Amino acid sequence: MTNPFPLSKEELLECYRTMRTIREFEERLHVDFSRGDIPGFVHLYAGEEAAATGIMKHLNSGDRIASTHRGHGHCISKGVDVVAMMKEIYGKKGGTGNGKGGSMHIADLSMGMMGANGILGAGAPLICGAALAAKFRNQGEVAISFVGDGASNQGTFLESLNLAAVWNLPALFVVENNGYAESTARDYATAVDSYVDRAAGFGMPGITVDGTDFFAVYEAAGEIVQRAREGGGPSLLECKMVRFYGHFEGDAQTYRATGELDDIRANHDCLKKFGAQVSAAGVISAAELQAIDQQVLAAIENAVKEAKAAPLPTLADLTTDVYVSY
Amino acid sequence: MSRKISIKQAINEALDQEMARDPAVICMGEDIVGGTGADGEKDAWGGVLGVTKGLYAKYGDRLMDTPLSESAYIGAAIGAAACGMRPVAELMFIDFMGVCFDQIYNQAAKFRYMFGGKAETPVVIRAMVGAGFRAAAQHSQMLTPLFTHIPGLKVVCPSTPYDTKGLLIQAIRDNDPVIFCEHKALYGIEGEVPEGSYTIPLGEANVVREGKHCSIVTYGLMVHRSLEAAATLAKEGVEVEIVDLRSLSPLDMDTVLDSVTKTSRLVCVDEASPRCNIATDISAQVAMNAFSALKAQIEMVTPPHTPVPFSPALEDLYIPSAAQIAAAVRKTVKGGKA
Repeated sequence: MTNPFPLSKEELLECYRTMRTIREFEERLHVDFSRGDIPGFVHLYAGEEAAATGIMKHLNSGDRIASTHRGHGHCISKGVDVVAMMKEIYGKKGGTGNGKGGSMHIADLSMGMMGANGILGAGAPLICGAALAAKFRNQGEVAISFVGDGASNQGTFLESLNLAAVWNLPALFVVENNGYAESTARDYATAVDSYVDRAAGFGMPGITVDGTDFFAVYEAAGEIVQRAREGGGPSLLECKMVRFYGHFEGDAQTYRATGELDDIRANHDCLKKFGAQVSAAGVISAAELQAIDQQVLAAIENAVKEAKAAPLPTLADLTTDVYVSY
Repeated sequence: MSRKISIKQAINEALDQEMARDPAVICMGEDIVGGTGADGEKDAWGGVLGVTKGLYAKYGDRLMDTPLSESAYIGAAIGAAACGMRPVAELMFIDFMGVCFDQIYNQAAKFRYMFGGKAETPVVIRAMVGAGFRAAAQHSQMLTPLFTHIPGLKVVCPSTPYDTKGLLIQAIRDNDPVIFCEHKALYGIEGEVPEGSYTIPLGEANVVREGKHCSIVTYGLMVHRSLEAAATLAKEGVEVEIVDLRSLSPLDMDTVLDSVTKTSRLVCVDEASPRCNIATDISAQVAMNAFSALKAQIEMVTPPHTPVPFSPALEDLYIPSAAQIAAAVRKTVKGGKA
């Protein structure tokens, strides 16, 4: 049977592996956090994997992204090492930030990942700068700012849309609309129904896609990334998606409707959708997907094992990586 | 070759020489070119007070006028710095930092530490500080302590054209974010400045006047007010030593402690509001580390704890004067042990 997808079988398997890695990474953190193994705040990307993966599939290591507080999925799909990520989240040496950043500031600039961010909307101006640097380098690099539907109402985000348009930057703005800003409904907190309309207000193209459909995201992202690479300037992409867990780990999610989470898991799971699509087309068998599932589970288990075994940072680490005057 | 130029010219020359030396140096800010997109003169303003005038003709699009969106463009400067550029962003008045403070203190200041030493943010944010322009409460503040409080930021506030050029070139080459505070009342003062490029290390204070009876530790415009006071006091037989901090973070406490050890008396002069400012910080450190050297109480000269007033009659009373500084010196010289 011919492959009806825009990606080769190998690429499809790679994308599935990325999405499954994000899912298992987050599912494992959910368990480990509830056991008390993980310090601080953790925001999980489970349920949203298709967006990060479908977009990042178009990027190279020279392209840059600024993430949100919900940053693990962006890291993994941008190619950040999962073991170093796990060590970081466990607060250990050898983590991406040697334990100084944690989940909320997880970053790897060598992979073009400019950080998860504890300040909502703060990545958008930074990405204007990354795009500006790309423009000066003139090698066709792009930069992408991710925000949630909540942070899409920050002044920094709106200012950045305008600046990117005014300077015709190779900058892309992705609104990951999972329906909730923390516990507050998107439709309550955002005056405009359509992000396409909002993009138009800043003189740039806007696209809305089903963020749980990998192929829809992949296609839309491809179009706007290509336009930006060719000097066509910024665009806004809204991915409508679902959040399997709460705003943060420990969130009882009483704001959700009865049965909402069951429905999300049953009917809006992007991994199930992807598996069904590639299986129905006869391109990838269920057994091939299951083999990846097993490999990913083992890889995550190994990452946790390594993170637990890694040394803690010490007093000597406290005052490095910053100028300390006294 | 050295010749006399103003602080304004010294800033322009430092930017010019660094932009010529390093293509990664770019400048952005509101009206730093002036007239972008309009039909009249290009480089119409060169900054609101003309500091960057003439650079556009040499470097073109490496100088960018920005929308009035401080968060977006200061953040863009920071983001570009994290991606290999060396941006110099001009914020016009430091009072506007409130609009974009998150980008400075939560983003730029913390990248290197949060990311485990794997990020550098070589950005310079230039801003005018200080009172004396009849510019009222929102365009006149000396907000240096807000920035010295933040780990990860470096803070500079020069008092002479020579120091301005050398410190700005050093700030541009530094790999940490630097808040470069330019006192608007000093833009016009002239001094000897070498034509060629040179640097002054951040974190080195300068003893601008030697004396044995009392140390004045200060920076910015207050260096000049302190020199005036010292001239008056010299006629009374009191020889004052003046330490110009130049950099507020890093802070050269060694030079301060050496001076206090020599003179045994200390007056801290600061144009910033009196609570938790540079003067209180220096005083605390001297009290902690050189208490036995002190023969009398430490004195501080600061403005009152009020917003900067508009009326010239009030603003002149607000800004610490040479007479107030001289009075503080007399008080500590008369006080304490013999």
